[in-house]
Amino acid sequence: MAFELPKLGYDYAALEPHIDARTMEIHYTKHHQAYVNNLNTAIAGTEWEQKSLEDIMANVSKLSAAVRNNGGGHYNHTLYWTVMGPNKGGSPKGDLLEAINQTFGSFDKFKELFTQAGMTRFGSGWAWLVKVGNELKITSTPNQDNPMMDIAEVKGLPLLGADVWEHAYYLKYQNRRNEYLAAFWNVVNWDEVERRFKRT
Amino acid sequence: MPFELPKLPYAADALQPHISKQTIDFHYGKHHQAYVNNLNNLIPGTRFENATLEQMIREADGGIFNNAAQVWNHTFYFESFSPAGPREPNDALATAINETFGSFAAFKEQFTKSALTLFGSGWAWLVKNREGKLEIVQESNAGNPLKSGHTPLLTCDVWEHAYYLDYQNKRPDYLLAYWNVLDWDVIGKRF
Repeated sequence: MAFELPKLGYDYAALEPHIDARTMEIHYTKHHQAYVNNLNTAIAGTEWEQKSLEDIMANVSKLSAAVRNNGGGHYNHTLYWTVMGPNKGGSPKGDLLEAINQTFGSFDKFKELFTQAGMTRFGSGWAWLVKVGNELKITSTPNQDNPMMDIAEVKGLPLLGADVWEHAYYLKYQNRRNEYLAAFWNVVNWDEVERRFKRT
Repeated sequence: MPFELPKLPYAADALQPHISKQTIDFHYGKHHQAYVNNLNNLIPGTRFENATLEQMIREADGGIFNNAAQVWNHTFYFESFSPAGPREPNDALATAINETFGSFAAFKEQFTKSALTLFGSGWAWLVKNREGKLEIVQESNAGNPLKSGHTPLLTCDVWEHAYYLDYQNKRPDYLLAYWNVLDWDVIGKRF
């Protein structure tokens, strides 16, 4: 079973003005689609064709750079689209909010640290909120690596990810990654982040 | 003496339609400037306070390396362009390219492939190695071949900021356009 581009749960324009329709369309139909296509090519005729994406992530140390890069690209973008949505933003609630407050001091402090992880990632990559056992951690990864990979420095379940490849923000924000990361909070789908948090 | 953004040897719109004025304005005016500013903020009080960029590229790591190398890389990149050619190598460099790669066309093909297969942000380079031979190398992020003892001759920036406003995801189109703005007199002098 070849991997497929998952359906986007909203229109390209749905995250305006924070993320513009043109960025969404190119990011989803070109970049994400290319990762899916390249992943399928990279695993064609191997046992990994039958495995889940999670399985592949957990074994990237044994696989080619093409599988690591494109498998990661597919996983990361799939997560990214679902942790954003129209009419979202605000703050987390319930157990997740409590865990964030306990770990980082406050939601504001969490946002500050997460933004810092995104700002200090030099080159291309991702900022993450990760569940490691029962703990929350903030980390960042280069290129299309992620915390699901066996090679990751901080391994765990990613709950929230911000793409800081320039393609994620350059058409609207150019060199101003800080403005993109500030706008990101207006589109975060905390219900989905919480759903992932409760996953066992 | 703080580092300064070197002057661009042509107008910001001089490379159009291959590289737009908007791209130059951001790439040179914002990104390159930011690396200069960051470096000037990072080095006071360190052992690199009076160092050259080349020294920092060879010896530093972390933020000082990243910003020093990015200042150097961008200066080298922007200086390789001119609005009016020559668009092919000449003299000794032409001979060396033909000897190493078979032809200029074959060299372009290999260099383009190197730039297209670099995953993430970085630079493709044509260098003269320690043995004086030509070689194509890839460097991630701020990477610079001086660090491994090579002499850089030519570079192509494949950070997305170098082409996204003009070409978006189409890095191959940017690479095609790139050959139309190179000044091989400048590159030949480096050889």
